[in-house]
Amino acid sequence: MKRSLIFLMAIAFMLFTGSAFAADTIKLGVAGAHSGDLASYGLPTLNAAKLVVGDVNAKGGVLGKKVEILPADDVCKPEVAANVASKLVSDGANVVLGHICSGATKAALNTYKEAKIVVISPSATNVDLTKSGDYPNFFRTISPDDAQAKLEVDFALNKLKVKKVAVIHDKGDYGKGLAEFAKADFEKRGITPVLFEGITPGAVDYSAIVQKIKNSGADAVIYGGYHPEAAKIVSAMKKKKMKTFFISDDGVKDDTFIKVAGQFAEGVYATGPIDTSKNPMAIAAIEQHKKVYGSDPGAFYLNAYAATICLLQAIDKAGSTNIDAVSKALRTNWFETPLGKISFDERGDAKGIGFSMYKVEKGKYVEVGK
Amino acid sequence: MDYFLELFVGGLTRGSIYALIALGYTMVYGIIELINFAHGEIYMIGAFTALIVASALSLLGMSGWSLLILAGVIAIIYSAAYGFTLEKIAYKPLRKAQRLSPLISAIGMSIFLQNYVLLAQTSDFLSFPALIKEFSFMENITIMRSSELVIFITTAIATTLLTLFIKFTRMGKAMRAVAQDKTMAMLLGVNVNRVISVTFIIGSALAAVGGVLISSHIGQINFYIGFIAGIKAFTAAVLGGIGSIPGAVLGGLVLGWTESFATGYVSSDYEDVFAFGLLVFILIFRPSGILGKTSSEKV
Repeated sequence: MKRSLIFLMAIAFMLFTGSAFAADTIKLGVAGAHSGDLASYGLPTLNAAKLVVGDVNAKGGVLGKKVEILPADDVCKPEVAANVASKLVSDGANVVLGHICSGATKAALNTYKEAKIVVISPSATNVDLTKSGDYPNFFRTISPDDAQAKLEVDFALNKLKVKKVAVIHDKGDYGKGLAEFAKADFEKRGITPVLFEGITPGAVDYSAIVQKIKNSGADAVIYGGYHPEAAKIVSAMKKKKMKTFFISDDGVKDDTFIKVAGQFAEGVYATGPIDTSKNPMAIAAIEQHKKVYGSDPGAFYLNAYAATICLLQAIDKAGSTNIDAVSKALRTNWFETPLGKISFDERGDAKGIGFSMYKVEKGKYVEVGK
Repeated sequence: MDYFLELFVGGLTRGSIYALIALGYTMVYGIIELINFAHGEIYMIGAFTALIVASALSLLGMSGWSLLILAGVIAIIYSAAYGFTLEKIAYKPLRKAQRLSPLISAIGMSIFLQNYVLLAQTSDFLSFPALIKEFSFMENITIMRSSELVIFITTAIATTLLTLFIKFTRMGKAMRAVAQDKTMAMLLGVNVNRVISVTFIIGSALAAVGGVLISSHIGQINFYIGFIAGIKAFTAAVLGGIGSIPGAVLGGLVLGWTESFATGYVSSDYEDVFAFGLLVFILIFRPSGILGKTSSEKV
């Protein structure tokens, strides 16, 4: 009995010293889909964080401390994200870069809010995350979905001159949110979508909804959702020889979409963050990725690179990781990033960035309009 | 009218795939009263095998029908082997255990196989080549595509062959005997272990056929496709009467048509609501499913 008591005390002592050491680093939680079918959205962010943190640590770290990355995989699922958030908090994360998918981010934010941790996302675009005011600790380096939806609607009506539209979504926070904004925007211009429906991701086949779109006579389909379903729907539409335009969102503006849909991806439109690849910092960041990882960076890489820079510089300017100080620093300073010079407004949205429309031409996404 | 026919064909395609997978569920349940939750993963493995084989063979210059048939056959053999091994490892040792144990083992194998393929291959969605060539006589027909015709015909042939097998061969008779009363069949000299293995092999082969066909039709696969397809096929098997082979086919087709028409005439949002609502409705009035046999008391 006495021996086990001493044993327990020894363990407790070790744990205590363990956490004491930990206080000497700044812990950056990086949460997102690092495995599973949406990993292509989350892994580039992890790479960006590693590169930025590596550079920062080489120059001495932030406030004299090294930055430590705590990667956390939520496979873009809300239920998993909530658990991931709890774990990051209990592991002592000071700030969080993430999550990637809007649904997952929403599920995790309350945990971070209660733990008073600043969260910055490179890709979660659901509007409520900032506009609702529920999450004052949340920032993002990507424009919210209402901007995306507006761009899609403007493009469809002004550039493609369509008369009838079908709006389809995948019933998730991200896709449905976007679809509802698109629908509202169309209605504001006096056009009622002929279809407004949700599909179930992962179903065996989508011929019924494609038939429905064909039957509705729509000139264009606005799709809110991710690339797997988009690829299936576009393939089915093209095989049925439909001439309907397919306009989608930044969940589809991903090279994986082109890879999977193959020849059927040709002519698809999708919105994505404005092309900042001419920006010198962006060029350097992309070169760095190629050198270290041997490949081109994927989706949201530059957004994540920018987010990490802003976060670490804000901590530096604030002099601590305290939520109010860091938030104030993010809102009152302008940061030089691969996305340009950006800052953040009172809601947490970034100032100085936006979306562009892209089209798949000859197997690559090409910017066609702002 | 065209619209109705297109939805009908879409439902037929979907239903055929559900039927092919449901047959595996229903046969296994009929023989050993186990819901093989890992069956959806066999379907997925069939699709992946076909992709790997087709990619390798097309590099060697093969194409057309021979490519489809060869890739299909190898996928069938491979999946049948998986089914056979699955039974030997995960279910046979638990035959004497209480009902819950093999069920949990099945769920465990399902998760294991999903993650095995995820790690061995990739988490990405992979592009599946259109192995089914477009027929020239189908060019002007808009309501049905060549791949849908092939799916329907293949399912019809497979189901007919299976029914003939069960009815007219010795092994088929042995399978019926084991399904009726395992102990008695054993006492009469039927090799029950072999019958069970054959059941798994046939079921897995059919699932693999379904996997290859639908992947050629849709154009992409992923380690997770077995999950939803498995649930839908299981629903179809229960709907038609679990343990009944014509029931599995009927259930599959009914489910496919219900989903297709629900999307086409009501709303895609409620597709699954209609499908599962139908299941509940049928089970209330016919608890054993449409063609299910109410089990009688054995005196």
